[in-house]
Amino acid sequence: MTIGLGHYLSVGAILFTLGILGIFLNRKNIIVILMSIELILLAVNINLVAFSAFLGDIVGQVYALLVLTVAAAEAAIGLAVLVVYFRNRGSIAVEDVNLMKG
Amino acid sequence: MVQAIVFLPLLGAILAGLISVFGAHGRNPSGDTVEHHDDAHGDAHASAAHDDHGGDDPGHDDHHVSEPAAAGSRAAELITTGLLMISAVLSWMVLVDVGFMHHDGRIPLYPWINSGDLQVAWSLRVDTLTAVMLVVVNTISSLVHLYSIGYMDEDPYRPRFFAYLSLFTFAMLMLVTADNLVQLFFGWEGVGLMSYLLIGFWYQKPSANAAAIKAFVVNRIGDFGFLLGIFSVFMLMKSIDFETIFAGAPGLSGKTIDFFGWHADALTLTCLLLFMGAMGKSAQFLLHTWLPDAMEGPTPVSALIHAATMVTAGVFMVARLSPLFELAPTAQAVVMFFGATTAFFAATVGLVQNDIKRIVAYSTCSQLGYMFVAMGAGAYSVGMFHLFTHAFFKALLFLGSGSVIYAMHHEQDIRMMGGLWRKIPYTFAVMCVGTLALTGFPMFAGYFSKDAIIESAYASHNPFAFYGFLMTVVAALLTSFYSWRLIFKTFFGEPHDQEHYEAAHEAPLWMLIPIGVLAAGSILSGFPFKELFAGHGVEEFFRESVKMNPHIIEDMHHIPEAVAYLPTVMMAIGAYISYVFYIRRPYLPVELARQQPLLYQFLLNKWYFDELYELIFVRPAKRIGYQLWKKGDGYIIDGFGPDGVSARVLDITRNVVKIQTGYLYHYAFAMLIGVAGLITWFLFGLGGQ
Repeated sequence: MTIGLGHYLSVGAILFTLGILGIFLNRKNIIVILMSIELILLAVNINLVAFSAFLGDIVGQVYALLVLTVAAAEAAIGLAVLVVYFRNRGSIAVEDVNLMKG
Repeated sequence: MVQAIVFLPLLGAILAGLISVFGAHGRNPSGDTVEHHDDAHGDAHASAAHDDHGGDDPGHDDHHVSEPAAAGSRAAELITTGLLMISAVLSWMVLVDVGFMHHDGRIPLYPWINSGDLQVAWSLRVDTLTAVMLVVVNTISSLVHLYSIGYMDEDPYRPRFFAYLSLFTFAMLMLVTADNLVQLFFGWEGVGLMSYLLIGFWYQKPSANAAAIKAFVVNRIGDFGFLLGIFSVFMLMKSIDFETIFAGAPGLSGKTIDFFGWHADALTLTCLLLFMGAMGKSAQFLLHTWLPDAMEGPTPVSALIHAATMVTAGVFMVARLSPLFELAPTAQAVVMFFGATTAFFAATVGLVQNDIKRIVAYSTCSQLGYMFVAMGAGAYSVGMFHLFTHAFFKALLFLGSGSVIYAMHHEQDIRMMGGLWRKIPYTFAVMCVGTLALTGFPMFAGYFSKDAIIESAYASHNPFAFYGFLMTVVAALLTSFYSWRLIFKTFFGEPHDQEHYEAAHEAPLWMLIPIGVLAAGSILSGFPFKELFAGHGVEEFFRESVKMNPHIIEDMHHIPEAVAYLPTVMMAIGAYISYVFYIRRPYLPVELARQQPLLYQFLLNKWYFDELYELIFVRPAKRIGYQLWKKGDGYIIDGFGPDGVSARVLDITRNVVKIQTGYLYHYAFAMLIGVAGLITWFLFGLGGQ
């Protein structure tokens, strides 16, 4: 059995779904949300790379690297925000983070 | 000159009104304490009232007003009174000029409404009819102004009172000088409004407010008919100008119009509708209930508005529209019927009333009935004659009653009076003159005019002529009885209220002069004017201004001798019965009342008209109003209207707000669903094509 585009895309989809579920079903802690976002980005990256290889177009891989860079920066900023938030509120439990409402 | 007569009172009203406004402002500059202030002094104001506490709320009269009068009160009084005096003098000059020199005129002032066929202009029409009214209105009004200076001297709101009085006079003058129906209606409503304001002048008194509202509402019923009458005149002739209407009226006989599916004779219907207006304003039978209640107002107001001028507006209107009424015999029959009924009805009620002002009020009502009897007989000038003489002696009786009330410290119940002639001989004398004139004692004013009316009723060929004659003759007896009853109970016998009797004193000179002048008028307005109003001088004097029944004056002079003496005989009988009842055998009326309790109660309660109307109109109206309030407004409009919509919006948003939890993952989920939905739509829905 050769591993084709479909398999790569399936893996990407599974990872993406896991990331989404990680955000929604997570009741614990904001770090899990950050990690889930990383998972979603990785799923996207797999898609990009898979299509790049399949189409023979290098642009996809370049874009994947760009996404990785942005993801790293985002993770850094996210963690920083998290630390500050913890210092101010003493908790990073998801249940406690509900100030965004009228 | 006529412009001056009409607009000087307006000028006075404006000046007095300004004084009143600035006075009120000066007294209370910030304006935001008004509520509190009124509450605190409400009672004191109400009892500043010089009269009118009926028998039911004694003990109010000893308060004294702590509040000073507004600055410039005296100026307001003098300005308005002075201007009215000038107007009155000019009016007499106009009467001579128009009545004897025949200088009729129409003075256009300004165009007013100009819309298609409807052309209305402000203009002053001056003919004999108007001139007579000018004299009546301005003479009585100026005397009442003068009297009010004395009568109202403790009231802190005098400038307002005088502004109202002058404005009333202006509205009345607009009414009598009107050259078209719309201007007449303007004056008509103007006097109605001022009547409302003046009856309710002591607005802290609930009874005065109720009376003012009643007067306004009852008049509105009449005005509704009057308006319909004006509309039908316009519909028939495409004009509301008097000249055009009168010229076009003969061409309308036989024409019919549809009125709620009823093919009515056009002129008859129009005249009946117009007469409905007159019935309201002149307090005729069925629409009379407001007049006695209007006595809640200050006594000078009663004298001016509810005796001499405004209530005669209906009579004036019928006389002014005599060319129409002459062509509608059915309408004339109705006029005579209502006039005669009113004359009799009001006189019977007057027999047993105990409030001095109400007796005079019912008497006014009755005398207005007399005037309409003359109108119905086609003897318009005779009706105007009675209007003219009645204005003097009825104003005199009212102002005299005011003087009695003033002397008795606001006591109005004649059962509490008695023996007053020793204390206030001057008032007694003038009241006697007024009563002699009212009852038609020979050579007094009422003798000529009232007898002329009874003669005209006898001589006319109206289907109700005999009814009119009978009722007016009987009413003459009743009039004499209750008028003398008032005099006897007030001025003779033993004092019933020793305390007030001892303190009784004659009114100040301000008040005595006007009633003296009116007393002179009550004697002099009769004989000198007899030929002009009810004799051979009518045609020469009135000329085109009223269209008389062509034979009535001639016929009046050819009635049997006995009929001519009948009213005088009736007057004498009435006076004699009254004398026996209240001087010789005072136990008789008490005995009679005990023997005939039904009749006595029936009369004392004014034929139960108020109760009847309460049952037929007021209560259902209140019930309908309550239903509309609760169901219509509270349930339907508030439930489904603007309030309902806003309430539903609130309900929805209150639920929508619950979606906004503040949890990040809820928002993200919503985003995801949205994105998934969008993609699905683009892939499979319309977006994909």
